[in-house]
Amino acid sequence: MTVPVHLAPPKRLIDATIDGEEVRVPEGTTVLDACSASGTEIPTLCYGDTLAPRNACRVCVVEVEGARTLAPACSRKLEPGMSVNTDSERVRHSRKLVLELLGSSVDLSTTPRVPEWMERYEAEPGRFGPRSEPAPLGERDARRAGEHEAGDGSVAATVEQPPKIDNDLYVRDYSKCIMCYKCVDACGDQWQNSFAIGVAGRGFDARISTEHDAPLTDSACVYCGNCIEVCPTGALSFATEFDMRQAGTWDESAQTETTTICTYCGVGCNLTLHVQENEIVKVTSPHDNPVTHGNLCIKGRFGFQHVQRRGEGSARGAEKDPL
Amino acid sequence: MDLRFLDETPNEAEREAVDSVLGPPESGWDGGTRLDTDLRYARGGHAARDRRDLLLPALHAVNDRVGWISPGALDHVCRRLTIPPAEAYAVASFYAMFALQERPRRVVHLCTDIACAAKGSEPLRDRLAERHGPPGGHDGEVAWHESPCLGMCERAPAALAIEAGTRPRSAVAAPATPEALDALAEAAPDGHANGHGPGPAANGHGPSDRDRPAALTTFDETPLAGSHPEPDPADAVPDAGSPDHVLLRRIGRVDPLSLDDYRAEGGYSALREALRLGPAGVLREVSDSGLVGRGGAAFPTGRKWQATASRPDGPHYLVCNADESEPGTFKDRVIMEGDPFSLIEAMTIAGYAIGARTGYLYIRGEYPRALRHLENAITVARERDLLGDDVLGSGFSFDIEIRRGAGAYICGEETAIFGSIEGERGEPRTKPPFPVEKGLFGKPTAVNNVETLVNVLPILLMGGPAYAAVGTEGSTGPKLFCLSGGVRRPGLYELPFGATLRDLIEAAGGVPEGRGIQAVLLGGAAGAFVRGDELDIPLTFEGARAAGTTLGSGVVLVLDDTADLVATLVRVAAFFRDESCGQCVPCRVGTVRQEESLLRISRGADAGSEVALLREVGQAMRDASICGLGQTAWNAVESAVDRLGLFGAAPGAPAGKQTS
Repeated sequence: MTVPVHLAPPKRLIDATIDGEEVRVPEGTTVLDACSASGTEIPTLCYGDTLAPRNACRVCVVEVEGARTLAPACSRKLEPGMSVNTDSERVRHSRKLVLELLGSSVDLSTTPRVPEWMERYEAEPGRFGPRSEPAPLGERDARRAGEHEAGDGSVAATVEQPPKIDNDLYVRDYSKCIMCYKCVDACGDQWQNSFAIGVAGRGFDARISTEHDAPLTDSACVYCGNCIEVCPTGALSFATEFDMRQAGTWDESAQTETTTICTYCGVGCNLTLHVQENEIVKVTSPHDNPVTHGNLCIKGRFGFQHVQRRGEGSARGAEKDPL
Repeated sequence: MDLRFLDETPNEAEREAVDSVLGPPESGWDGGTRLDTDLRYARGGHAARDRRDLLLPALHAVNDRVGWISPGALDHVCRRLTIPPAEAYAVASFYAMFALQERPRRVVHLCTDIACAAKGSEPLRDRLAERHGPPGGHDGEVAWHESPCLGMCERAPAALAIEAGTRPRSAVAAPATPEALDALAEAAPDGHANGHGPGPAANGHGPSDRDRPAALTTFDETPLAGSHPEPDPADAVPDAGSPDHVLLRRIGRVDPLSLDDYRAEGGYSALREALRLGPAGVLREVSDSGLVGRGGAAFPTGRKWQATASRPDGPHYLVCNADESEPGTFKDRVIMEGDPFSLIEAMTIAGYAIGARTGYLYIRGEYPRALRHLENAITVARERDLLGDDVLGSGFSFDIEIRRGAGAYICGEETAIFGSIEGERGEPRTKPPFPVEKGLFGKPTAVNNVETLVNVLPILLMGGPAYAAVGTEGSTGPKLFCLSGGVRRPGLYELPFGATLRDLIEAAGGVPEGRGIQAVLLGGAAGAFVRGDELDIPLTFEGARAAGTTLGSGVVLVLDDTADLVATLVRVAAFFRDESCGQCVPCRVGTVRQEESLLRISRGADAGSEVALLREVGQAMRDASICGLGQTAWNAVESAVDRLGLFGAAPGAPAGKQTS
């Protein structure tokens, strides 16, 4: 959570060193937070500002002096006297490889900032060979733990498969999934408590799944869309966004964002309306809002059609419409 | 939490299987018959969720009974335990031994891992594929899978069959001759009957065991019809009965099911000594002994116990890591099968020292006989007041719960084992915090390997300083080595630290006439290869380290000059790919890229550029993976390149840090 409630007693300050600079931070501060505060940029993918860190992607690794392995900046807390290097040769190497390994196995075309990081770390995902053909729909979901078909190494295995479209509100395009676990955490005990999805399978065949790969409509999903809110790659998206991207009409630069208050009930959730050509194309919520922390319900996130259904230029047109 | 379940109902067998673990349901709220009174109250919540650690046993019960876990059965388990179905599915699909698609009741696991591959598992695999279709498939009678190491490397190649039933039955074929394998893979004529009448004793100790009222064990002691009797556990120890043995001295001398036998051979005198010394005294002796963990990481046991014992929050837990899955390792199996009471006694002492009330014994799912012997030992020990409330009238209470793994190497990782026991996916946790601070159920926990724990018995009987005098200064006490591959007498050897690799191989009769040693894999798949001309490496932690290698879990796998090293490396890579939990990117994708690269080399690609690529991937896996699996997935390949000179590099460079 980015909006801490200051009820705890004041924290002890500790001294540490980041890239040769002395820092003094409250006890419990992570390397990532300390770096953000001092303006040192560290790439992150699986880190969620409203979720407990899972440190699964390892793109934020840093070198802690004296440690055998690199440490994830998002979850390693600074300790007194700790000396951290955020841009050493080892750090750059691991970040480059993480980007290459992801880039060669996942479709990162809608992941913000990845091109910039690929360039910064000189990552070339193509050097593992041509990409394998996408798997038929459902094939990846049926793979058994601990078993795989060994190929001949001529193609680089990917997680690509056709998008899953089983409802009118969202599309799950797991070709773009980097297994950050954020959707699972947002759906589970960290926010929504619906537990509609989990990480099934193991290893490279691990995937986000409902029980028995059932369609979302048969699952516990309540369509809050909080999983879309936290998805870092666009693997989960609004059906509107997915359709517009398919049609080539999605244009973020032409969109305006307006934050307002949801009118459905009295809780007072903040909504950010993303509008393109006078149409609401998606709804998000500010992560630093103390009411929502970025979360909404199905009405707030998806119930925006009525705003646009004027019909014949009349504000009362919608009432005449039987739908 | 408003859970949504499927609309599938379990059949009677599935319901019974689940109830056998969880007891009958109390109301419609947890899967029982819905009564009018159920409308007047709600049940579930924390009380039910606190039993989440029964998820794995409940899934096992269904899989054991029916052979696979149907949607209806999974749903029923979820209702009983208030677990969201998606989460239970996530757990069930994590393990290789659980099936979520219908399959026959009998499943054959053919080991195709390094030691078995070196001893000819390939023609056996072809034979199974010819008769029963590709692995994973089935012909209606029997299903078969290629398995990672089954821990029977001393009599490779090995196969294990498990047949579902009210009490499942198992049988092994090791060495698996084509005929023995056929017997395993043929459904018995009475294939649908099960679990009646005592059969020939399967522990190798003859009819006298029939007279004893057996504890009810998970697996039926009657082996599958048509299978060959499993050899005595002591057959794995070529020099069984040697007066020099400390850890193995009872193997072959006692009936593993008899507490009286165990006590007649000195059993439970260490526990009495521990109770006399008090917890602080035990901690002192263990610290003085210099004992370090035998699971591979070689961490000082005394320090781990001290750290756990001194944590103010409670309860404290003990976890015995018996998830021995490192390819080439079988020492823990031999101890558990041949001398199970020693482990129970050692766990009791460890629990006493660290202030634990409960110890969890996490045993891999591929060890049915070891499981049976341990279940018997725990039941008998409880009957004799050696476990439970007020152990031996000392006021100390301790009990042991067995948790059975289900085919996932990663669950032997010291934090992944917590997730597995707690009913979560067996994914490693980030350290810090370390298990001694926040381990099982978030409480201070000591995790110890089987071999480590049984060392505590001689420590208490000899005294810490006397134990420390055995071996070398940096590596104290006796050590077990799992010798397999191309030697005359493969098996489990106990030597004091200090012997060299050559001494060990000579103790096993050396390599057969006319063969030479091409390489030796030390420490298993996570270990490293050394050359055949490096046999003077001392088998101590410090000696191995000085030679740029590791003892790991005690694997010594000899590859003679007929072995196909590239194929061996491809198998190592496949192993890591299959066993990665998939949580972090370097390991999840890196192990795939490593295998692909080795496959390209084995098909004639330019080794030079592939090795450069492997180095880069390997370095990132070593540096950036969450846990030891990813961090060591490149060790063996790297040592084959740098030490054996496999792909044209100059042999002999120490396998150390590389820059790319």
